[in-house]
Amino acid sequence: MTAPLLRVSNASKRFGGLLAVDNASLIVKAGGITGLIGPNGAGKTTLFSLISGFEPPTSGSIVFDEAEISGLSPHRRASLGIARTFQIVQPFAGLSVRENIAVGAYLHCRRRDEALDRAAVIAERVGLASRLDAPAAGLTVSARKRLELARALATRPRLLLLDEVLAGLNPSEVRDIIPVIKAFVADGITILMVEHVMQAVMSLCDHVYVLAEGRMIAEGTPAEVTREPKVIEAYLGPGAAARIASGAASHG
Amino acid sequence: MSVARAYGAIAIAALLLALLPVMVQSNTVINALVTAMIIALAAQGWNLLAGYGGQFSFGHAAFFGAGAYGNAILQTRYGINAYAAMLTATAIGAAVGAVIGYLSFRSGLRGSYFALITLAFAEVFRIIANATPFTGGAAGTLIKLQVSAANFQFASRAIYFWIILAIVTAVMFLMRGIERSRFGAYLVAVRENEDAAAALGVDTLDVKLKAIMLSAAMTALAGAFYVQYFLFVDSSIAFGTWISVEALLGPIIGGLGTVFGPLLGALALHFLGELAKAVAGRVLGIDLALFGILLVLIIAFARDGLQGLLTRLARLWRARRPA
Repeated sequence: MTAPLLRVSNASKRFGGLLAVDNASLIVKAGGITGLIGPNGAGKTTLFSLISGFEPPTSGSIVFDEAEISGLSPHRRASLGIARTFQIVQPFAGLSVRENIAVGAYLHCRRRDEALDRAAVIAERVGLASRLDAPAAGLTVSARKRLELARALATRPRLLLLDEVLAGLNPSEVRDIIPVIKAFVADGITILMVEHVMQAVMSLCDHVYVLAEGRMIAEGTPAEVTREPKVIEAYLGPGAAARIASGAASHG
Repeated sequence: MSVARAYGAIAIAALLLALLPVMVQSNTVINALVTAMIIALAAQGWNLLAGYGGQFSFGHAAFFGAGAYGNAILQTRYGINAYAAMLTATAIGAAVGAVIGYLSFRSGLRGSYFALITLAFAEVFRIIANATPFTGGAAGTLIKLQVSAANFQFASRAIYFWIILAIVTAVMFLMRGIERSRFGAYLVAVRENEDAAAALGVDTLDVKLKAIMLSAAMTALAGAFYVQYFLFVDSSIAFGTWISVEALLGPIIGGLGTVFGPLLGALALHFLGELAKAVAGRVLGIDLALFGILLVLIIAFARDGLQGLLTRLARLWRARRPA
């Protein structure tokens, strides 16, 4: 068995009195999409920050491609091949779409014309080709999400961390963007995604981890975890799983 | 923008300015032009760090003064040749930039905190320079008048003008090159959003340190030239808030984060200042009051400065003309 691309072992993050991530472990195998779900405030975004280097873990280890990375700064991790998108999109508002993507492309090419050409190719792939020279500040929410994807993609990542790229999109926009994400996987990029849109999690992810109150409470295929009583209770409250089960029995 | 257009405009502007001393022989006018160009150079430095990099300094006097005192002291105390002294003073400015930059960026100071810390550095330098015998104390330092090209001292003010114009032009070419480079793209990315830049592999601390060193070097060179032109420096000239303010007013009025902004702004301010003095006569500080009004007008009606205003007027004019 080959080593996993990413291994988070017993990671914890404490902010003052709050233990945002509590001894969480997860493994992302190369290829495919791994999901990270959980109720609001579960610590998903904090765990993403630990992996991408924006927050140092209080304890635990993060191993990427068999090398410990938990002491590295975000830009070092980006050059190793870890890219992330932000839950709240962060475009370079004063720049055009092409210039935004070029900032990512510059990671692997020094020359300006090369970076700008590469930006155009990537814009095409995420469906932003027609907006190439538009200012990023004027984009719609859906286009901004695509721009986040494009910039991250431009750094030629091996592992792409997607933090709720589908949140805030309407169902038809979600339907349009799913093939774009699937195409990344076909290109050999491994994806770890935090997502609330369950329809997308079910159709995209091979393996899902469930985080609640900072602790990893379940893992498995999407179908397995949605049947797991602990997961149902984390979302719907204690006893919910039993009530649903008994309700189903009495009606059955 | 094509390469020819990007650099051609700078060359044309420089050639037109170079003709000025030929057309106007008045010493007063040329004197004002030299001062304006010194400010334009200091302003280019400020604009690199703040206009492109988003790190708003309120203490560029620290660098201007380092260059000014560096040049004066190297010549008077150590007998170093004027050319070597100016170059060394520029390097000293860059080193001061590196120290201030490292201390403030390392501890994550941004926005108004960064502005305040730079102001504090400049003020501390001013007080120290005013009190130490090494810098000449309150009396300042005087460079001996020995007119000779070997001493970088010329009888004709026009020569000073052409030299400072050549330096400003070279810096503008450099800025255009930075705009079109990876460093320039990273610098603007840091200005727009540091976290997003870091996520894309940008070493934000490294980018900011390079920017402040280059910025400080430009402003220090302006200070060194100032001393070379007036042959005198004291603490309120070198480290006074006047230069911090002029270095930032120029780009803001001319056009923040543009190659022409600092030059346009510095020239416009000096032209207006002189005009105000001529019209209002001896009302003390009338030029400063005018700068204030102009700043308010620019911020209210032309956020992109004179450069943006000119571009928009040109577009309007072209649209009006029948095709």
